[in-house]
Amino acid sequence: MIKGYIEINKDICKGCELCIEACPQGSLRLSTHINTRGYRYVELVEQNCTGCTNCALVCPDVAITVFREQKPKKAV
Amino acid sequence: MSTDVLTQELQQGFDCVYEKPDTLTDTRFHYCPGCGHGVAHRILMETIQELGIAEQTVGVAPVGCSVFAYHYMNIDMQEAAHGRACAVATGVKRVLPDRYVFTYQGDGDLAAIGTAETIHAVNRGENILIVFINNAIYGMTGGQMAPTTLAKMVTSTTPYGRETDWIGFPLKMTDLVAHLPGAYYVTRQAVHTPNAVRKAKKAIRNAFEYQKLNKGTCFVEIVSNCPSGWKMNPSDSNKWLEENMLPFYPLGDLKVPEKA
Ligand SMILES: Cc1ncc(C[n+]2csc(CCOP(=O)(O)OP(=O)(O)O)c2C)c(N)n1
Ligand code: SF4
Ligand code: SF4
Repeated sequence: MIKGYIEINKDICKGCELCIEACPQGSLRLSTHINTRGYRYVELVEQNCTGCTNCALVCPDVAITVFREQKPKKAV
Repeated sequence: MSTDVLTQELQQGFDCVYEKPDTLTDTRFHYCPGCGHGVAHRILMETIQELGIAEQTVGVAPVGCSVFAYHYMNIDMQEAAHGRACAVATGVKRVLPDRYVFTYQGDGDLAAIGTAETIHAVNRGENILIVFINNAIYGMTGGQMAPTTLAKMVTSTTPYGRETDWIGFPLKMTDLVAHLPGAYYVTRQAVHTPNAVRKAKKAIRNAFEYQKLNKGTCFVEIVSNCPSGWKMNPSDSNKWLEENMLPFYPLGDLKVPEKA
């Protein structure tokens, strides 16, 4: 399984939860804390993220950056 | 585990596969949580970045919730009076024919007060891209009925639902302009799921590429939500969109250029 992770800009996130629904791995949840705007923001809570970018594709506030493990270099 | 810890552990050996494009400014969107305007802004600006045309593109902003589009889109922008974006874009394109010109308009802007400007711009075959965000409601002013409001749909001015026998039927602007000879590429997309977003972005990319050919107007409708106006949470609004909007406004191409 390819490994990935995301960074969520918690001050921009509005807690709309659309990314939570879009994540096929169930890696995200709403934090119990609130941000400077009073929204509960999203956190990556599981280690099973594959870096598929689904969450970032549906995020209306461009709050998510996605990283994916580099493919192992082919032996020559 | 907090994200910070996870991030530090993983960073090495990873590539960034998704980040905010430079064609969006750092200004936070003022849109309501879950509003499709944000996704539409993003895919439009990502496409402009990927095509490398930020310096050659001029956008025209509407009146409506997206009136501040020029704060977010990091390119040359011009604000138009309510409904007049296509007329303003016509002027921009005719004076600067080497620029890529687009309008970004809601359904109140494009399909109510701006119906005439829109239809005539397409009928003249202006070489512009019209991005039409259809959320079936006037979002900015408090969720009033729009021409695009579905039959029986409850809005603040149709509290018993839109009764078509005396309030009229929802207007399919995209179907209407597809019949005009000036229209070159007409498509209807959505941004409520990851796959829909991918397709909508492809459509916007096609439209910019067609603009190079000078063959006529490209019209991309994006069926969107308005969680606040519809009085639903974002997730329910997307489900409602799928179940109610899409049967009436089916997704897909309405007019594609003939293959040479
Ligand atoms: C000449 C004029 N008439 C009416 C208005 C009030 N007004 C502002 S935005 C709007 C409709 C916006 O709806 P839409 O284009 O669907 O955009 P949304 O807010 O849903 O994104 C109206 C009627 C105005 N600003 N100017
Ligand atoms: S989609 Fe974006 S704004 Fe919405 S909860 Fe997720 S990170 Fe936050
Ligand atoms: S009122 Fe509707 S269209 Fe306007 S920002 Fe809010 S959700 Fe979006």
